[in-house]
Amino acid sequence: MGGLEEEKHARYIVSVEKKKDDFEALVIEHLRMNGAYWGLTTLDLLNKIGAIDADEVVSWVMECQDKDCGKFVTHNERCVIHLTSVISGGFAGNLGHDPHLLYTLSAVQVLALLDRFSYCAICCLSLLGRLSKINVEKAVNYIVSCKNLDGGFGSIPGGESHAGQIFCCVGALAITGSLHHVDRDLLGWWLCERQCKDGGLSGRPEKLADDNDNGGISDRPDNAVDVFHTFFGVAGLSLMEYPGLKSIDPAYALPVDVVNRIFFRK
Amino acid sequence: MPSSVDEVDRIPLSARPEWSDVRPVPQDDGPNPVAPIAYRDDFRETMDYFRAVYLADERSRRAVDLTTEAIGMNPGNYTVWHFRRVVLESLNADLHEERDFLDRMTMRNAKNYQIWHHRRWLAEKLGPEVANKELEFTKSILDLDAKNYHAWSHRQWVLQSLGGWENELDYCCMLLEDDIFNNSAWNQRYFVITRSPLLGGLQAMRDSEVGYTTEAILANPPNESPWRYLRGLYKGNASQLISDNRVSELCLKVLKTSNSCRFALGLLLDLLCYGFQPSEELRAVVEALRNSEQDTVSSNLAATVCLILEITDPMRSNYWAWRRNNLPSQVR
Repeated sequence: MGGLEEEKHARYIVSVEKKKDDFEALVIEHLRMNGAYWGLTTLDLLNKIGAIDADEVVSWVMECQDKDCGKFVTHNERCVIHLTSVISGGFAGNLGHDPHLLYTLSAVQVLALLDRFSYCAICCLSLLGRLSKINVEKAVNYIVSCKNLDGGFGSIPGGESHAGQIFCCVGALAITGSLHHVDRDLLGWWLCERQCKDGGLSGRPEKLADDNDNGGISDRPDNAVDVFHTFFGVAGLSLMEYPGLKSIDPAYALPVDVVNRIFFRK
Repeated sequence: MPSSVDEVDRIPLSARPEWSDVRPVPQDDGPNPVAPIAYRDDFRETMDYFRAVYLADERSRRAVDLTTEAIGMNPGNYTVWHFRRVVLESLNADLHEERDFLDRMTMRNAKNYQIWHHRRWLAEKLGPEVANKELEFTKSILDLDAKNYHAWSHRQWVLQSLGGWENELDYCCMLLEDDIFNNSAWNQRYFVITRSPLLGGLQAMRDSEVGYTTEAILANPPNESPWRYLRGLYKGNASQLISDNRVSELCLKVLKTSNSCRFALGLLLDLLCYGFQPSEELRAVVEALRNSEQDTVSSNLAATVCLILEITDPMRSNYWAWRRNNLPSQVR
């Protein structure tokens, strides 16, 4: 196994931030906030967060905040489980878009990453404090209703188990202190079974391996690279305690030191 | 960016008389744009007009047409879709026409969340009369990709909200005949037998389903899905799982014919952990699978099963060793 090229990965991510015009930039303009989160978290895990201008990023993130912050932002999306099911906020995916739960989470994660506490105090404490404003029990019950015969979770009750969905559900159950609902051994075995002959892991039975742990920067060998899969590759290596990387918190998908800073003021 | 014929022939909005009264609103990137995007000219122009119409909350036919253009350029823009729904509702528009438009969009973008969300909104509006049409449509998507998660989610929603359960079990059979390894189809089968109001539920279906599943396994023992499905048929009822002879006999049959099938061994291991008492024949078949060079001899059948799996399933040897070290006390 070759070493991880930390410098090259960092340079690649910074170059994407500067990229001007291509097909991808255009169709992802509404989810730029996600891209910022993937890219910046990867940089931090690589110990290279200094490579970007934090002030510029924060001011852009704040520009994306809905002026009427506090309004619940799922008005045009289905009740599909995301990690964000239990959080409310008000950030859009980019300037000029409606606020959306997914981008709100990414925005809060980016702000947490860059340690802007004056903003984070509200946003991240809301991540904690607002838990009491929703019916946590009902949210947990909904997640549990998505549990399947194999111990995994689908995105709706009855939906097929999917490793990505399981990450969201187990993460949400962890954050709400409800991990006792997980059939640990059954689910653990199902997840073990996702490892394919090439060593990679797939998301569902009889699907191809994706880069949860290939350590590459594309989804599969020889495919084109992107920030999304670079993040997952580096995050996977971090979970496996790859030398030189910061460790990542599996529930919040942020570096452990960032999570500690927020919750324990360390 | 790929260009198509209609893009080449496209007349800019600024040159169309019907739009002459609208002043386009450019995107506000703020004072310090972090990551400005150099949009293609037609995209920028369309979005500038969209912003103008959206801010003016103009509920008109031309607003719908404009969202059609904007969606064509970026079907993921959820704000545009949302506004389209608002306008369509205000205009009391013909939603069957909207359905045709959406069919075309979905065929080209079968994994787009916004399109499927719009589809559900539409089906909800049109009601049970479109249940079968919606099932037909998801079938046409699943014909192209039998594991499309959006199509499956929509299909399950249609069944539960609008009906159309009559032929769903047959549909599952057809898909599984086509590809017995299709885990999505097995999942749907479980969905149908546990939730269809026409079938009487899991208890009523168990007997015939065990028969179907056993056959599927014997035809293809290395297929993970039916092994899991079989366990699902006895969900929460371990005593029934270990007392149904068909289950242990299935393990025996598979282990006799296909050497060390890990799913058969895994199920047998669970049976033993639940208190199943193996026959002498089953015990002998398992012992015969044990590698003679393996020096760890165990009088305990469950531990032997683990040891075999540690060797024959190297990708998960740590997992099986962990199972061996954590066997319940009564089988240790």
